[in-house]
Amino acid sequence: MPRQETLNEESPHSQGRQELGSAVVRFAGDSGDGIQFIGSQFTQSTAMSGNDLATFPDFPAEIRAPAGTTFGVSAFQINFGADVIKTSGDDCDMIVALNPAALKVELPELKKGGFIIADTATFTERNLHKAHFDSNPLEDGTLDAYQVIEFDISKLTMEAVKDFGLNKKGALRCKNMWALGFVYWIYNRDRQPTIDWLKEKFANKADVAGANIAALNAGHALGETAEMPHDILGFSIGKANIQPGEYRTVTGAEALTWGLVTGAKLVDLKLTFCSYPITPASSILHYLSNLMEYDVVTFQAEDEIAAICSAIGASYAGTLGVTSSSGPGIALKGEAMGLAINTELPLVIINSQRAGPSTGMPTKTEQSDLFQAVFGRNADSPLVVLATRSPSDCFDVAIEAVRLATRYMTPVIVLTDGYISNAAEPWLIPDVEDYEQTPVKFRTKPEGFKPFLRDEVTLARPWAIPGTPGLEHRIGGLEKDSETGHISYDAENHQRMTNVRAAKINGIANDLPAQKVEDGAEEGQLAVVGWGSTYGPINRAVSTLREEGLDVSHIHLRHIWPLPKNLGQLLGGFKKILVPEMNNGQLVTLLRSQYLVNAQGLNKVSGQPFKIAEIETAIRERLEK
Amino acid sequence: MNVVTPPEKLTPKDFATDQEVRWCPGCGDYAILKAMQRTLPEIGVSKENIVFVSGIGCAARFPYYMDTYGFHTIHGRAPAFATGIKLANPDLDVWVVTGDGDALSIGGNHLLHVLRRNVNLQILLFNNEIYGLTKGQYSPTSRAGTRSPSTPYGSIENPVSATALALGAGARFVARSVDTMQAHLPEVFKRAHEHNGASFVEIFQNCIVYNDGVFGEFTARDVADDSQVILEHGKPLIFGKEKNLGLRVKPDLFEMEVVTIGKDGISEKDILVHDETNRGLADMLARMEPPSLPVAIGVIFCHPTPSYEDGVKGHMNEAKKHGDGKDINALLRRGHTWTITD
Repeated sequence: MPRQETLNEESPHSQGRQELGSAVVRFAGDSGDGIQFIGSQFTQSTAMSGNDLATFPDFPAEIRAPAGTTFGVSAFQINFGADVIKTSGDDCDMIVALNPAALKVELPELKKGGFIIADTATFTERNLHKAHFDSNPLEDGTLDAYQVIEFDISKLTMEAVKDFGLNKKGALRCKNMWALGFVYWIYNRDRQPTIDWLKEKFANKADVAGANIAALNAGHALGETAEMPHDILGFSIGKANIQPGEYRTVTGAEALTWGLVTGAKLVDLKLTFCSYPITPASSILHYLSNLMEYDVVTFQAEDEIAAICSAIGASYAGTLGVTSSSGPGIALKGEAMGLAINTELPLVIINSQRAGPSTGMPTKTEQSDLFQAVFGRNADSPLVVLATRSPSDCFDVAIEAVRLATRYMTPVIVLTDGYISNAAEPWLIPDVEDYEQTPVKFRTKPEGFKPFLRDEVTLARPWAIPGTPGLEHRIGGLEKDSETGHISYDAENHQRMTNVRAAKINGIANDLPAQKVEDGAEEGQLAVVGWGSTYGPINRAVSTLREEGLDVSHIHLRHIWPLPKNLGQLLGGFKKILVPEMNNGQLVTLLRSQYLVNAQGLNKVSGQPFKIAEIETAIRERLEK
Repeated sequence: MNVVTPPEKLTPKDFATDQEVRWCPGCGDYAILKAMQRTLPEIGVSKENIVFVSGIGCAARFPYYMDTYGFHTIHGRAPAFATGIKLANPDLDVWVVTGDGDALSIGGNHLLHVLRRNVNLQILLFNNEIYGLTKGQYSPTSRAGTRSPSTPYGSIENPVSATALALGAGARFVARSVDTMQAHLPEVFKRAHEHNGASFVEIFQNCIVYNDGVFGEFTARDVADDSQVILEHGKPLIFGKEKNLGLRVKPDLFEMEVVTIGKDGISEKDILVHDETNRGLADMLARMEPPSLPVAIGVIFCHPTPSYEDGVKGHMNEAKKHGDGKDINALLRRGHTWTITD
């Protein structure tokens, strides 16, 4: 490792570094260029340097789209700074474009005056044509409004790795590391975490590890030693004022996985996770499959229906059944959800929402399954719906879902989305000892046992699992007598059962914390009400405008159904209500129907998260009207 | 030493519920229910450890009449629910009760996969070649030309053979019986129960209302002996009123034929001997149909391999070598972490 000893030395340029409050960098290239990989490495290093951050991986549905095409561009955006970061950032300060197609696709995201780092070797006639450039944008003045830093990254990488004996293809695969090394220099990041990671990942392939590290170091070294265009001396970003404690970066899918495992432990149950592969939900299945020692059994079912049915079977037999999918798969699970509602069995259903309808845009985010979750089944079939607001929030929401499902013997849907699942943020790791344990008590006493005789407080029926002597009984999807559980076609009984199923779910509102205001006063001119992954941009927009003196508050819902008990009253304290959603107006309709309030929507369905500026503009408009 | 009181032996009555049985009078399901209630005391599993799981259809009412645990689920999906039950508690004794529409039409996919996975449970498919509960439409096992409310000109489709399909799916235990065979049914149930892995039993069941006598050509008293061959492992495939008919493979074709012992120089040693573990033979037996060949009744194939649950258990033991799974705080701190100080 020729350069390792110099890692902690001051760069000759470091005296001249310009101090920034925050920066937004977008890495982009072919889907085979390892963009997501360098994005996550940059995230790790940035988190360790004490900045706050948020990321947005944005990749195509194709696993390996034809090289050089615009639809094959994979991107990773990170917003990091010395202040609290709530979103992955609006416009970018820097774009790292590893080919012309990446430049073509990502240029609209770049601020005027922003930096472009480009690999000149890829700007060939053929690649320019594939990216729909008529001429070379590096030469024809297209980029005059920006600061272009161009190198023959391909050639520099080949030179850097020439001692490791890789073939040309293998050598060029280290290009992403060269670019990462250079961006590390620009933002004064530490390379060591990436070097350690590479050594571990390629422990059995010393040449590959060595070449990647050499490319990383070469990119960094060029920054330190070469004369930079535009007199760039690099930037430095101060440490954010972050709560002390032990941190890690976490994606939504990881936090959800760990939340499910923790939730199951807190209620003293084993976890049976049954799922069918679907983008962007599959990573939860992958993560849980590696946690069998935590009493997790995973089952890759033959289809979405079998996945939920086996999860229900697992709950029936006394473990916590969990299933997971995305919108189209959730649609297939609808009938089985009805059975779980009718037989009153605990079940957690995770929906990693994506853009639809139908197959839609599998890798793009949307939050358009709220109606499906709350209402999307035959008959009157209420259940609990929760929503996650950020990657780390997934941990607590998963625990809450497990608690409610087991305490109230009900299916619980957790709405997360593709953006939250893939995005990463630093997470102050909690101490599990701080969470309340609520162990499940199965019914064991045969005396007086009736399968549908309810707990007076929770209205939950007893959980009597096969294997318990004296409690042999039959359940099923037919309407049943309100106590004995025997089949019943009695008219009054059906009315009573329909009422009690609704009352049980509505009553859960008494067990929920009162809805808080995230930021701002508890009454006033305008409440911005959000749910799910719009949390970041809404919160940042509201906080900025409040600093300007505008009378606006942010309310963000975790509990979508039942809604918190005090929500109606809280909304009543505001003259206007704005509901930004990545759908065509679902929560806004729910709020209007529940509370008869004059809530207005702000709707975006582009497959991309809201920008802070979009929400700021909408708030100003509403306040001026 | 502890003195263990042997559990009192249960009787068929102990497995009957107080629920009024609601199948049509004369339905073949009554006979199957009776056979099951007679079999379970002999198998000797405690009532609380038995679960009957069903989908939708006439057969699917079965769990309501068994005083064990029972789960009447949704159409076609009983194998998936049963799989979940076995994943959660492999010690339970799970019986799936299904029909030809439930298992082979709406639930065809789940049947395929539960068999290929070899989940340790028993599947009883009551085949009456008709949709009974929805009032008589043709089913996937109805013979071509079946006239029904939805096929007034006769059905166009070719039927599926449940048994051949089960073998094709990789089932390791495949058997057949008939609702009226009250001595045979319990023996098949016992064999299915003994088998480690997915056991598949097709039961020809008469629907007295919508498809009465559809199996008459091989179940009617006067023809049964000459049109059924009752399989016994290690015994020659001999049948017929006079016990003089036998099966052999045609000398010039890979095809079964019926021969008469004592005629054309045929003796008992020319007759095929049943071997439950022979896949090729099982495929041929499953495909036999009257009038040219008898219907094979009994255990057609039995060749155990480790069950799905055995595999899960193995993985779980492997995983537990990495840790006992108690320390969640350690899980959350796996991989790279860093500490921010004041």
